Amino acid sequence: MIEFSLEEKTYTLNLGPQHPSTHGVLRVLLEMEGEFITKAEPVIGYGHRGHEHMAENRNYLQFLPNMGRVDYLHALAFNQGYCMAVEKLIGLVVPERGEFIRVITAELNRISSHLVWVGAYLLDLGAFTPILYCFDDRENLLDLLDRITGSRLTYCFFRPGGVPQDLDDEFITGTRAFIKRLRTRFKDYDNLVTKNVIFINRTKNVGVITKDQCVKYGLTGPMVRGSGIAYDIRKSEPYSAYPQFDFVIPIGDKGDILDRYVVRVREMEQSLRIIEQALDQLPNGPIMAEKVPKRLKPAAGEVYQAVETARGEFGCYIVSQGDIKPYRIKLRVPSFGNLSILPELAVDTLVADLVAILGSIDVVVPEIDR
Amino acid sequence: MELLAQFLGIEGARMIVGLIAVIALVSVNALFLIWMERKVAAHMQLRPGPMEVGPHGAIQTVADALKLMGKELITPDEVDKPIFWLAPIVVFLPVLLSFLVVPFSQSWIIRDMNVGIVLILAFSTLSVLAILMAGWASNNKYAVLGAIRSVAQNIAYEIPLLITVMSIILMVGSFKLSDIVAAQSQYWYVLLQPLAFIIYITCATAETNRAPFDLPEAESELVAGFHTEYSGMRFALFFLAEYTNMFIASAIATVLFLGGWHGPFLPGVIWFLLKVYALIFLMMWFRWTFPRVRFDQLITFAWKILIPLAFANLLITALVLKLR
Amino acid sequence: MINYFKEIAVGFYSLLAGMAVTIRYFVKPIVTVQYPRQQLTMSPRYRGHIELLIDPETGTHRCIACEMCARICPSQLIQVEGVKLEPKKKVPLKYVIEYYYCSLCGLCLESCPTNALQWSKEYLLANFHREDSVYDILVRLQEQQRAAGLPVTPIPEPPTEEQLAEMAAKEAQLAEAKAKAAAKKAAAAEAPAAEAPAAEAPAAEAPAAEAKPAEAPAAEAKPAEAPAEEVKE
Repeated sequence: MIEFSLEEKTYTLNLGPQHPSTHGVLRVLLEMEGEFITKAEPVIGYGHRGHEHMAENRNYLQFLPNMGRVDYLHALAFNQGYCMAVEKLIGLVVPERGEFIRVITAELNRISSHLVWVGAYLLDLGAFTPILYCFDDRENLLDLLDRITGSRLTYCFFRPGGVPQDLDDEFITGTRAFIKRLRTRFKDYDNLVTKNVIFINRTKNVGVITKDQCVKYGLTGPMVRGSGIAYDIRKSEPYSAYPQFDFVIPIGDKGDILDRYVVRVREMEQSLRIIEQALDQLPNGPIMAEKVPKRLKPAAGEVYQAVETARGEFGCYIVSQGDIKPYRIKLRVPSFGNLSILPELAVDTLVADLVAILGSIDVVVPEIDR
Repeated sequence: MELLAQFLGIEGARMIVGLIAVIALVSVNALFLIWMERKVAAHMQLRPGPMEVGPHGAIQTVADALKLMGKELITPDEVDKPIFWLAPIVVFLPVLLSFLVVPFSQSWIIRDMNVGIVLILAFSTLSVLAILMAGWASNNKYAVLGAIRSVAQNIAYEIPLLITVMSIILMVGSFKLSDIVAAQSQYWYVLLQPLAFIIYITCATAETNRAPFDLPEAESELVAGFHTEYSGMRFALFFLAEYTNMFIASAIATVLFLGGWHGPFLPGVIWFLLKVYALIFLMMWFRWTFPRVRFDQLITFAWKILIPLAFANLLITALVLKLR
Repeated sequence: MINYFKEIAVGFYSLLAGMAVTIRYFVKPIVTVQYPRQQLTMSPRYRGHIELLIDPETGTHRCIACEMCARICPSQLIQVEGVKLEPKKKVPLKYVIEYYYCSLCGLCLESCPTNALQWSKEYLLANFHREDSVYDILVRLQEQQRAAGLPVTPIPEPPTEEQLAEMAAKEAQLAEAKAKAAAKKAAAAEAPAAEAPAAEAPAAEAPAAEAKPAEAPAAEAKPAEAPAEEVKE
């Protein structure tokens, strides 16, 4: 029998590494008093594959497919971050059409990532149906991306210097139709989820993150925007073609789960706006920089390039010693920083709240483990 | 039949035949409901559901049941064995017995007791005991948490349930189920007591541990709750009990609010079953629409909203009856 | 008190709104594909595994066995073995991919100097054994050619040592001939300026020129044709 001794009022509960709501192989070691959590400790590293070390053993091009595996949900942003870092190192300039294609595909990918999050998060809260609607939309979107990139999930599409293949007309009309479709679907999501009294009760005033905490823990992405800090790499350190588009950074005010949810949904709307503008202004011209050397052999030096993924700031830091292989690559992933606040948020909550908070962080565990 | 009648008298023979019919009904009903739940869920989620075994997957659940029967009954080492083995039976027997008094039509009642409604409510409470036994004996933290939740939830929701039933009984003046149905030959009580109906359906959903109140088995929190350690046919019995419970809860709702077997053209039993399955569809509809409520909110909802409303409803009913 | 009832009413209404959504979708047609019964066509850029492109002009592949793809591949899963049966023309006799390592990055396609590769549209790529996921895409090409009714490109036999020796000799000849041509050119260019190097050049070439008639006919006549016949059978 389970021993609940009277002296020690707490017991330990292992949430994961195989548990329906840890999204992969995350383990949270809980110390509980009844159903209340007194201490939560995430245990990571079950999915460690050594991506950073792999980079040291292969040349710059050969490391490209790894980027899609670090964060499988927003692979194109990781592609972009890495390619931009390499371009910075070599001094390549991507032609404008190439940048536009990058923005369009990366933003579509951001929407697909957020759609997965909305669905999976509602599944954590016990609503089974929204995930299927989200996946229905996402499936349309993946068909579009499949047309352009050739893959549906772990994209390896961008190359240092641009993109290897151009958009076609069917993609453009398809994307416009998708934008229209998703906008009508948002109303259904609102009725089904956002306005639902049970959902609001589960998320309002739960897992509140203050602005101070955001700074203290180095949170990025929707986590920090939900708390009211308008920090978005696309605006604060504009890169690629983003300065040419008109979009706003949605922010919340309280910093609870509901705010983070609303921020993510609004971000999808903003992404749609960006894609619409990019399609309207799509310039003609080459998609790949001229004179991309066959063998990338940058001079010795180091660069850091940050991009905004669906989860926050992804930074790629490359040290080159003038070899065809990078000397060291450090990937600054958003989920790792975001997860670090969990122990503080989890104290004195119920298991159900822990699941809700953990879901709202939107962790992609392979990204943390790398 | 005649032979049985000679031995046991008419009433006894009726009981035996009825029990056999009930067991057949329970199994067929559970198989059908599981299929129905899959189809309802599937179509709400824009997919077809099971399609392979039989036309539109109609005998998919039969295949699943066969699979579950063929599975090994795993008994983990550290469980409290007698209780662990007893729990699936204890959860199943009361729901079986509840069928004794359900009036399918004017003549299709196995035993028309004068305390029918009380009997059903008493038996349905027993399933909590079984869940507690299962959770405690499993010696698994998730199972214990599920069991504890289940007890708190069932006790909290029993109260408004009983109060709403009371307001109907006040109007009829009898605990006998056939009397309650007979009293609704003119109009259904759902028209007179809409609030009671809503409260009853809410409580029935909670009593049967269905989403959005499926906390004892909340799979995103507690893996599988109280039946985490169960496998094979023992697990299937919990499943069977859940769906039979749904049937019973809907049957009582039909008797209390929807006029039981009353309806034009069709025979009474068909009307009865139609109403029951419509209510079950409603409960499935809840499940595939709502997120799960949190535990403390669940209790708050019962004590702060349902119980006061149910009391108010009872008082108003009593006042109106007195003044009339 | 009013707030209390208002909250209940708003909450109740929100639940009904949610139920309205699900029941609307309940009567909508399904969107899924019944997989083994219905199958989707893949998009033009869909990445299955790699395969050799059939050149519409020649009806065969364009691979020159340069091994650029094998070298760029991040997972080192491509094995190309080529052989020179004629001078200056290398053909692959083995092009094996261990598909289970492939991360579908597409670097091999982009590195190919002759654009000999393309993505297949296969997606039924699950196998029970690891060995079943090893494909020789030359064999696959033959199957595709048969299906398309094109002449099947033979896969050359691995060369024997004699053949290799002959090829080496031929290569040497070619190299020398090249050198000769270069020298002649140089000589022609330099002739007006100085006569001495021009006089030396023919002397150096003389032995090579003599060797040529002796070896070349033998090398070309027999062994070079023999493997070709074998393959035809």
